[in-house]
Amino acid sequence: MDRRQFLAGLAASSLAAFAAPSWAAPIRRLLILVELKGGNDGLNTLVPFADPAYRRLRPRLAIGAGDVLRLDDERGLHPSLEKLMPVWSAGELAVVQGLGYPDPNLSHFRSIEIWDTASRSDEYLDDGWLTRVFAKHPSPPGYAADGVVVGAADLGPLAGPGARTLSLANPEQFLRNAKLAKATAAGSANPSLAHILRVERDIQQSAERLHPGREFATAFPAGPFGAAVRTAAQLAANREGISAVRLTLGGFDTHANQAGTQAALLRQLGEGLAALRDALKEIGRWQDTVVATYSEFGRRAQENQSAGTDHGTANVHFVLGGAVRGGLAGKAPSLERLDAGGNLIHTTDFRSYYAGLVAGTLGANAGRLVSSAAPLDLVKA
Amino acid sequence: MRPNLRLALAVITASAGIANGAPIGMDGARHLLVRTGFGATAPEIAAFAPLEREEAVDRLLAATGSKATIAPPAFVDEPYFPFYKLQQLTPEERMAEQRRNAERGFELREWWFREMLATPSPLTERMTLFWHNHFATSQQKVRSAQLVYRHNVLLRNHALGHFGELLHAVSKDPAMLIYLDNAGSRRQAPNENFAREVMELFTLGEGRYTERDIQEAARAFTGWSIDRDSGEFLYRPFFHDGGTKTVLGRSGRFGGDEVLDILLARPETASFVARKLWREFVSPSPDEREAERLAAVFRDARYAVKPLLRAMLLSDAFWAAENRGALIKSPVDLVVGTMHTFGMRPLSLRPAVTASALLGQNVFSPPNVKGWPGGEAWINSATLLGRKQLLDRFFRGSDAMPEAGAMTAMAEDKDKDATPEARMRRMMNRGLATYAFDWDRFARDLGAVDGRDDRLSRLVLAVPPVELPAPGAEGAALVRQLTADPAYQLR
Repeated sequence: MDRRQFLAGLAASSLAAFAAPSWAAPIRRLLILVELKGGNDGLNTLVPFADPAYRRLRPRLAIGAGDVLRLDDERGLHPSLEKLMPVWSAGELAVVQGLGYPDPNLSHFRSIEIWDTASRSDEYLDDGWLTRVFAKHPSPPGYAADGVVVGAADLGPLAGPGARTLSLANPEQFLRNAKLAKATAAGSANPSLAHILRVERDIQQSAERLHPGREFATAFPAGPFGAAVRTAAQLAANREGISAVRLTLGGFDTHANQAGTQAALLRQLGEGLAALRDALKEIGRWQDTVVATYSEFGRRAQENQSAGTDHGTANVHFVLGGAVRGGLAGKAPSLERLDAGGNLIHTTDFRSYYAGLVAGTLGANAGRLVSSAAPLDLVKA
Repeated sequence: MRPNLRLALAVITASAGIANGAPIGMDGARHLLVRTGFGATAPEIAAFAPLEREEAVDRLLAATGSKATIAPPAFVDEPYFPFYKLQQLTPEERMAEQRRNAERGFELREWWFREMLATPSPLTERMTLFWHNHFATSQQKVRSAQLVYRHNVLLRNHALGHFGELLHAVSKDPAMLIYLDNAGSRRQAPNENFAREVMELFTLGEGRYTERDIQEAARAFTGWSIDRDSGEFLYRPFFHDGGTKTVLGRSGRFGGDEVLDILLARPETASFVARKLWREFVSPSPDEREAERLAAVFRDARYAVKPLLRAMLLSDAFWAAENRGALIKSPVDLVVGTMHTFGMRPLSLRPAVTASALLGQNVFSPPNVKGWPGGEAWINSATLLGRKQLLDRFFRGSDAMPEAGAMTAMAEDKDKDATPEARMRRMMNRGLATYAFDWDRFARDLGAVDGRDDRLSRLVLAVPPVELPAPGAEGAALVRQLTADPAYQLR
């Protein structure tokens, strides 16, 4: 490579241009989190079809052995997730079982707060868990933002002042509104005003660094989640980097008549994630992106009288990416031994899950910022 | 307060021309009214400007009420719908009941916003909102709009009364008993949720008690429950643990009231509440010595709220130039305050309620028992742009409307891809069309302020604008520039 080629290559890759000093040996992958809002029913997502207890607990809702998408002789995915099977076969899908935390809280609001702040059940933390990571481990200068929250009012794991977080429905709309932020003053002795001016500056800087025009050959599914996935792909294609993106798919609070609702939602999820994979491959970012789901809780092991399920505890989640260590991870909770409330007992602390996601995207040092617990080994180095 | 700081404050206040004994003037009147209410109009400011500090503060405190002046939605008089009957409904009926309850929540929010706008005592509503944030309960968990309403009535009734009485009353309030799970707490398995929060968030503050204190206090609160048919407070002796408890070093066969009295007897409680009020009325960071002085006033007054507020509003710190505009407006401040200041009186307040919710403050639904974090947490890239967009909607002249039309059309093309939040935003935007700002009507009330000198800026902003208005800007165009300025986010 001659000097000119080298410089051209450097210019083409903003990641290289803004990488931390080489002694830090950074890995830097994009983390895309997908919130399954309302509490997805993990038992009917990764189905333990061979377990007689499953059929007993779910007389109306159990999915038959012949219908599941088999992963092994005991477990299979919900039939609506067929678009995830090629990812599974390629060894790029990890299915993480038994995620939860001690002394589980069954309120949507409190439990998502626990997940979003990576707190203990009896601990109230102000900042999102990713915010805490970025506060100590900021994105390289020149990045458009630490995190982008797509199409949701709450910032979830990116809440709090420690991270440069953008919230937008789609980048085009953000750029239109960003014109309203035009203050140029550098600072103020008034701390409140100084904060407002800092946010105003963040908006302007991010607006300068967002270029949403990218067109994809990949077809994105119709519907709000498909639109959010398209936005995530555009953000991944952005010349100036972004460290994390959070998407939301809502409606999983299936207290009644769960079967149809969950099937439709999981279909959206599977199709959306498959389209995201295609789009990321199209722009050459599949290898350096990690996509992961989370939810406030799983659902009650025993189905209820309305052919639905009530709020529960431990849950199963998906991690996808070109560098992801595919396969089943963690240990499935026992269906024979439930807690006093009839709930699954978690086998893996969700904070180890988060630590594994951060270790696999921002490096081991950053992973330790989430939790002192050993990170799950989810991503190849 | 350190002597040198006191001296510095005295110099600052003297140079600002608002020293004690002199009329507070237009700037002082604006400061006092905006801090204790939601925005302020030119005539309101003119009425307070000639008063001295003490006269002005005493006039505000004499005008407070304990009942709302606007009639509540009719449903509050209907019989309470018991939870157990919900279980007897078909799934379809239950959905319908949930929808009706959500609609009622909207009606309640509109009612409260209307009260904030219409009340002769905005301070009463600000204090009611303050206690709503302090004793947070959420409709999402309480679920009954009637219980949420009763809770709000209780908060207003004690808003400027006695904190001790309020604490006792709110601890037996059905919404609180449901929200913090005490309603089902039994001696066999005491629920510690309320016992923890009453110490951490309502009285002592974090770290001023032990886990053991919480466990013991939880036993004392067992039996505080609700009647399942009427939704009223009910003491259930069979649930109650009658044994001896030890809380904060004191032992006895305590019930809940005795534990609350133990908490009220601790000096930390007055300090904790006084500091929180400081952050509401004075500045984001309480001056330690001054906060302790005010806490002593609170204790000496046996937790009467008015003497504490009076001392706080008469403190040099409250009037100090450095604390003008030191607070960030909450979404309710921004929405209700703007509507009040600029005389917007739309038919429906639902878009205003929705706007506040989208900006992060959905009243009756605080994010958790800690309430809204407030302060700098109100402002992030999304909420700041949301605020600017809202103000742009309020004050945009007709010249900019074609672009807005195009944007709306474009948005509606994408309706099928809309998230619930996007649909909510769209509903708000359509409703906001009736919130137009009328400069001519506004100007009639301005009196001496003609919109050309800096008096308009001093009416609209707590501190000088960050961006100097364009030379020659006047009237509606000047209002648009001032409300778009970052300084407009301050109070």
